Amino acid sequence: MEINGVFIEDTYAEAFTMQASRVLITALNEKWALEAARSMTGFATSVIGCGGEAGIEGIETQETPDGRPGVNVLLFGTSKKNLQGQLIQRIGQSVMTSPTSACFNNLEGEEWVSVGGKLRFFGDGFQISKVIDAAINGHRERRFWRIPVMDGEFLVEDKFGIKSAVGGGNFFIMGEQVEITLEAAERAVDAMKKISGVIMPFPGGIVRSGSKVGSKYKFLIASSNTAFCPTIRKQVPSQVPDGVNSVLEIVIDGMTPEAIEAAMKVGIQAACIPGIKKISAGNYGGKLGKYHFYLRKILE
Amino acid sequence: MILLKLKEKYDIPIEAEVISPDIFFDKTHTELCGLPLYYGNKEKKLGEVFEVEGEKSDQIYLEGDLSKIKKIGFGMSRGKISIKGNVGLHLGAFMKGGEIFVEGDVDSWVGAEMTGGFIRIKGNAGNRVGGIYRGTTVGMNRGTIIVEGNAGYEVGSFMRRGLIVILGNVGDFTGSYMIAGTIFVFGTLGARTGAGMRRGTIVTFNPVSLLPTFKYDTTYTPDFLRVYFHFLKKQGISIKEEYLKGPYRRYHGDISELGKGEILEFAA
Repeated sequence: MEINGVFIEDTYAEAFTMQASRVLITALNEKWALEAARSMTGFATSVIGCGGEAGIEGIETQETPDGRPGVNVLLFGTSKKNLQGQLIQRIGQSVMTSPTSACFNNLEGEEWVSVGGKLRFFGDGFQISKVIDAAINGHRERRFWRIPVMDGEFLVEDKFGIKSAVGGGNFFIMGEQVEITLEAAERAVDAMKKISGVIMPFPGGIVRSGSKVGSKYKFLIASSNTAFCPTIRKQVPSQVPDGVNSVLEIVIDGMTPEAIEAAMKVGIQAACIPGIKKISAGNYGGKLGKYHFYLRKILE
Repeated sequence: MILLKLKEKYDIPIEAEVISPDIFFDKTHTELCGLPLYYGNKEKKLGEVFEVEGEKSDQIYLEGDLSKIKKIGFGMSRGKISIKGNVGLHLGAFMKGGEIFVEGDVDSWVGAEMTGGFIRIKGNAGNRVGGIYRGTTVGMNRGTIIVEGNAGYEVGSFMRRGLIVILGNVGDFTGSYMIAGTIFVFGTLGARTGAGMRRGTIVTFNPVSLLPTFKYDTTYTPDFLRVYFHFLKKQGISIKEEYLKGPYRRYHGDISELGKGEILEFAA
């Protein structure tokens, strides 16, 4: 299969189950909602080293609970406990600290974890609980905590919904030079950002240091994906074709497999520009995750 | 749906706590008509007082001047009661869930000591909306009451949780001895608002005469108010743009008690 002369390899991206949450951050204006969201999603590229994976899903288009501008953040963790910890840390350190912010759950979860219920203790006894009854919320009650802070109050929802989701969707863009490969990757990310329910957690949505499971060093759980490193292509069993001198990967976490497929489709299509030789994907022989995204099937 | 139409107007109160979705939902028409009511100290059958249509439903519709009919929806936990006409004392008292809608006025103790559910009154309400019966220490504990008209005294007295919204005016002692919960009064407040309150929030959009045991803290626009407004708008309640923007003066009190309650007064 080719798209605009770019060869699409007959392979699949292998992804695995993660736990996901959707956090709605509001503020006095969009600028400060985004500031808080950027801070919350900082240093959240990979669970390998960051504890969680996070990204800005987009500006909330519906009316937010407090009627102010809002930004949705998706945060992924390896387990319920891991995700709860990440929510508490990131909302506590990055959202509560951000001027005028408030923080709401924006996911009807399969399970619920206490977040505001833990952060409330910052109020040192002056925190106040407010409950919106199930009768007027529609189906379940919602509790909020008002924590006194220096610009007024930080309002945070007591419990956040979490659900099983998919982490590690990916594809590789293989180009003649780094400049054109980066341009293709940027085009891909721009297209993928229009799909809701997905994030690309790496810087600008793009990762250059793709990893494989394990290492020659016993203390490392992951190491450079040597098969896709052009500089050592003659020293390892390489998957870098002749004429390719730069490979960039786009990693996708999604709320559903369908959202990942939709994002991969538009991303790959956007990346197929002159100078790109091949699109491939990373997998581990089906041993790592239960989700297999076949490139050609997605693009059909 | 089960339709109950009052046959004649009564001057002596009738205790009708059997009019509840919990009791009606599995009853045949014959069983419904045989349910006991208390007319003064005499027993009457539901079928003697009301024309009854329908059976086996937790959706009840009542019609007529029910101002002497007491305890409708008493302790109910499910279903819906819709009433066209005025209603007597203790409507939805001890209610646990479900909904009550009234197109008319209601007498005192509506939703007293309720622990869940939703009551909406299109007209006025008497005293002690969501209040407490003498001798107990905790009033309304969850649930929502919206009164579109005025209400009497001791609204939300000893309230522990929940939301009371009065679109009109209220009498004295609103939120007295509140333990927690939230009361919105869009009209005017009577005297001694929040007297003895420990925690909880009373929001007013008109100037309020405060007890000396309430102290001014700050003027700001709490985010949580906008959250409440968001949900009230979903209930069809129109909120003025200026109320969304604020600001509000915050007073804490009653410092003769715990002092962690608050009165938020619209400050524009």
